[in-house]
Amino acid sequence: MQYRFVSSRRRVLRNMLAVAATVALSTPALAADPLKIGLILPLTGPFASTGKQIEAACRLYMAKNGDTVAGRKVELIVKDDTGLAPETTKRIAQEMVVQDKVTVLAGFGLTPLALAAAPVATEAKVPMVVMAAATAMIPTRSPYIVRTGFTLPQVTAPIAEWALKNKIKRVVTMVTDYGPGADAEKTFVNTFKAGGGEIVESIKTPLRNPDYAPFLQRAKDAKPDALFVFVPSGEGLAVMKQFDDRGLKQAGIRLIGTGDITDDDLLESMGAPSVGVITSFHYSAAHDSPENKAYVDAFTKANNGMRPNFHSVGGYDGMHLIYEAVKKAGPNATGEQLVEAMKGQKWVSPRGPMSIDPATRQAVQNVYLREVKMVNGKPWNVEFETFKDVKDPG
Amino acid sequence: MIGNLIGVLFDGVAYGSLLFVISIGLSVTMGLMNFVNLAHGAFAMLGGYACVMLMTRAGVPFLATLPVAFLVPAVAGIVLERTLYQRLYKATHLDQVMFSIGLVFMSVATATYFFGPSQQPVRLPDFLRGQVRVLGLDVGAYRLFLIAVVIVITTVLTLLLVKTRFGAQVRASVDNAVAAAGLGIDVNRVFGVTFALGSGLAGLGGGLGIDVLGLDPTFPLKYMVYFLLVVAIGGAGTIKGGLVAAMILGICDVAGKYYVPQIGSFIIYFLMVALMIVFPAGLYGRRA
Repeated sequence: MQYRFVSSRRRVLRNMLAVAATVALSTPALAADPLKIGLILPLTGPFASTGKQIEAACRLYMAKNGDTVAGRKVELIVKDDTGLAPETTKRIAQEMVVQDKVTVLAGFGLTPLALAAAPVATEAKVPMVVMAAATAMIPTRSPYIVRTGFTLPQVTAPIAEWALKNKIKRVVTMVTDYGPGADAEKTFVNTFKAGGGEIVESIKTPLRNPDYAPFLQRAKDAKPDALFVFVPSGEGLAVMKQFDDRGLKQAGIRLIGTGDITDDDLLESMGAPSVGVITSFHYSAAHDSPENKAYVDAFTKANNGMRPNFHSVGGYDGMHLIYEAVKKAGPNATGEQLVEAMKGQKWVSPRGPMSIDPATRQAVQNVYLREVKMVNGKPWNVEFETFKDVKDPG
Repeated sequence: MIGNLIGVLFDGVAYGSLLFVISIGLSVTMGLMNFVNLAHGAFAMLGGYACVMLMTRAGVPFLATLPVAFLVPAVAGIVLERTLYQRLYKATHLDQVMFSIGLVFMSVATATYFFGPSQQPVRLPDFLRGQVRVLGLDVGAYRLFLIAVVIVITTVLTLLLVKTRFGAQVRASVDNAVAAAGLGIDVNRVFGVTFALGSGLAGLGGGLGIDVLGLDPTFPLKYMVYFLLVVAIGGAGTIKGGLVAAMILGICDVAGKYYVPQIGSFIIYFLMVALMIVFPAGLYGRRA
């Protein structure tokens, strides 16, 4: 008897829950509900610096611009995906959509992670703001993806053009063997060859690679005029150290690359050997504008002296884009309406003027040529030439 | 071409030397206690962080931090051995693996909490930086230093094991722990001291290795395979086996990456498979 009573009580409870769930699903989000942003980042593991930078930037944006937008309270849900496991990223994205009912997914440190989450965004019709992962084709994987970071082809072409103009004839390329590395290599090789340059060799290093020394030795023995390098954010330190130790500079080989190699986050640790490295990129902490000065000051102060890097502005502008989209589309907008509202947005970021290309949902922005120089005893990426409003060439 | 070859050999030997210093403790404890200690790399990381913290926070010069890089993990090793490891000597290998991999994850999280996730910088003294010319060949000064350190360590270790009373006790315990205990050797104490020594050497290797291997909280996971390879190829419980295996691994890894960068990082695994087929007990192993 007792047993049957329990089981019938359970059934009643279950029915009540089902009804409650139906009601919850059918009611549109009320303006009073918090607007949840699900931020998925690598906060541990080899790419943790990316996650830390973006999280800090997102929190800074909320501290500066308030935590309500269009009458809705903004709530940031931050989860760690460890940076190396796409299936983890996907699972977290699903949890955020199903359990937390987030309005926007954001973050995504590396390309494989962003690709794993893309189907979740499509299925749930939730906008997905890619702040860091930099392979060009990411937004093609879901109509809900919008990018506030950069693409490798976008920032690579200018350094190839600079090299052609500056008597660099023979180049060895060394890139990390994954999506963005392939993008960087392809863009550099194509641009450089089209301008009459010679690629002596193209070296690919594994993504999880401890020792760059043998690859750099091989590059040195090929005696090029310059070595073009792309490595993910955080790896630059090891490359720079070996480049210096191996005496490539003394052998007359210039180090050029995209700005990942002289990541602002690590530049101080690199110290003197980094001076003279030429890179092309969309953001330098030394960018000369009032917006950036305020940003760098506030960021450094809030984060125990940590210098903001290019990933941080991806996060900062990502938050800006979400805020503006909610303002434009209204507090109860659907995912589709939010993505529509994001397309074509234009604003002045700490990195300079930028916008979202309505056709491709890629970031359109200035790309700068920079040289590492000592300013007040510390190395900075000092910009010396601007390529205006560069689109992703793909 | 010949110049390249010698350069590659030199780099490989230096890399192998480092692997040897870190792994030798693992080899000895595995041979001695038949304990699968996957957390060995965590002791190496501890040594590395001891080194970096002394340098960056207290301004101690690099060379002076190395004894501390040895001592801290050695003490940590003896404490953990007495409190935790000892209980699992008789346990199954699966239990040991679960326990020590758990320690690895805890060490990764602890290091991230205290020191942050990023790579730690190391400032080497000027005379260890850049390249020096030896017999008409440019070689990395630091790598030369590494090789010298390993020659010293190997000599001292060999003397310790061959010439001293303690060494005789260790050898006796490795050969047959029960018989050694029956002869009045305090096998427990021998285990403890050897574990501490092995952990200390790993720590020293961790400190020496920052410049070559880098140092971040994932260190024990990233290099676990390399350390285990040294023991598997060399055979557990021998110094000579560990040394030869570390050199083979170091040279093949560097040579592979230099000559065939397309498949460079795969070569050592291929090598492992080949060697394990030919020598299932390791090059110098006694247990089949």
